[in-house]
Amino acid sequence: MNLRTIWRKTLNVTMLSLTGACTLITVSVLFFILGYLVYNGGRDLSWNFFTKLPTPVGETGGGVANAIVGSAKLLFLAMLFGVPVGVIAGVYLAEFSGKTMNFVVRYTTDLLNGVPSIVIGIFAYSIVVVPMRHFSTLAGGFALGVMTIPITVRSTEQFLRAVPNPLREGALALGASKWKTILTVIVPAAASGIITGIMLALARVAGETAPLLFTAFGNQFWSPGWNQPIASLPMVIYTYATGPYEEWHEQAWAAGLVLLGLVLVVNIGTRLVLARKTSVAR
Amino acid sequence: MASVSPVRNAETENMNRQPDNARDAAPSLAKPPEAPAVASSSLRFKVSKLKVFYGSKEVLHGIDLEISSNVVTALIGPSGCGKSTFLRSLNRMNETVRHARLEGQILLDGDNVLNMDVVRLRRRVGMVFQRPNPFPKSIFDNVAYGLRINGCKEKMSDAVEHSLRRAALWEEVKDQLHKSAYALSGGQQQRLCIARALAVDPEVLLLDEPCSALDPVTTAKIEELLFQLKPTCTIVIVTHNMQQAARASDFTAFLLEGNLIEFQKTPKLFTTPSDPRTEAYITGRFG
Repeated sequence: MNLRTIWRKTLNVTMLSLTGACTLITVSVLFFILGYLVYNGGRDLSWNFFTKLPTPVGETGGGVANAIVGSAKLLFLAMLFGVPVGVIAGVYLAEFSGKTMNFVVRYTTDLLNGVPSIVIGIFAYSIVVVPMRHFSTLAGGFALGVMTIPITVRSTEQFLRAVPNPLREGALALGASKWKTILTVIVPAAASGIITGIMLALARVAGETAPLLFTAFGNQFWSPGWNQPIASLPMVIYTYATGPYEEWHEQAWAAGLVLLGLVLVVNIGTRLVLARKTSVAR
Repeated sequence: MASVSPVRNAETENMNRQPDNARDAAPSLAKPPEAPAVASSSLRFKVSKLKVFYGSKEVLHGIDLEISSNVVTALIGPSGCGKSTFLRSLNRMNETVRHARLEGQILLDGDNVLNMDVVRLRRRVGMVFQRPNPFPKSIFDNVAYGLRINGCKEKMSDAVEHSLRRAALWEEVKDQLHKSAYALSGGQQQRLCIARALAVDPEVLLLDEPCSALDPVTTAKIEELLFQLKPTCTIVIVTHNMQQAARASDFTAFLLEGNLIEFQKTPKLFTTPSDPRTEAYITGRFG
């Protein structure tokens, strides 16, 4: 009897420590990455890094300003391509689709979400780059846009479903047609959630390298307009980290730090705004 | 749609010019003999052989009921007897439920509601729900919602004030019209929902247990409100509370398991019911 108690207690403690340890690892990975990036890349962060173009190897004082602007432009395009499609399809899924259709669309979006990003890159290559005969910002933005669609669809659907049904009935009973109900009551009620979903989707694709390899391609200089190859932070990291020069490695670390910093700021920022908004509304 | 809104707007304005005390005085004159309100009333809804199905389940088994204008008609009965379903048939809200089906005929002023444009119908027949369901917008925008979707753009603030006054809420909210409707108490929210329904000037107001989530004081306010609305509106109210039906209504219908058991003037139904099942229910032997 006594032995069994001891055994039981030991097992309890073991399981608790095991789950605790795994949780600790999960949490500490982020902080480890962040710390490592700050340690390795922090030194190279300077005003020049944000404002100057890359310099030829050997010269000091170069920056990645073109890549930062490039990433911003690519994300803007991704938002332009992906968000309307994603949000509107999400509205269909939450408000209109029957059982079968809902299953089909959901399953498809989940599959699309699972398509490797390099394959999305090939898709964008064959659809945009090949007909245009050159790499371009447009192609890169399109590839990233396609990647945001499934995430936006699912998050939009979720937040729309969370809108309480009495609100729908209230609007319908006032003589609002279905699309007016959706447009004027349901979507506004879920707006903060939908926007968070969009921001998270953008943050997610901001770090994608693979789809940009043969769409946006990369650029050492500024890329005016939307029709030329363009630099981006993930591509800079990829090129610099795999390059042979020590300065490049350092700049890759710094670029990684900037990218992670941007993603974290967007992530935490939207969550904060969302938390404040919902506390006001309820 | 655009051609309708100016007319509606003019109506609203006219009512607005009517002095407040005239509206307040009307019901108190009307009540004691009970004659004026009832005498001036005409047939509004004529429901015949109404059957409602959810999937294969028949919820209402052929109901015949005539609802007069400018009176309060109460629907009572135990839970699940189909009174809410009946109410929601009148403005076709049942259609929002999947697999709901309707047989029989519902005439509103002689026109079959099933052939009517549903949007039009619901603008004529407003509805207030069991739980207050204000939109996550400001108090003003909540009341203005119905007007805005009607395409009305002018005189909004007058119409909003008028509706809030009719719902006896104006004095409490006039300084915070642009605050969120969620900042109001439950009773205030319910009156806001009534104001929202009144803003489009419906001919009929359907209320689905509007007081079940409210305290007695607020309930009394809403009953008082129904009384004041009678001259301008036909009211159909579903209630669990028999005292409420007795206090606030002119006619009462008793439903049981999807059948209409008895439909009488309220005092008669509560004092000398003709069906033993009605008597059993109102004396509290079941339900």
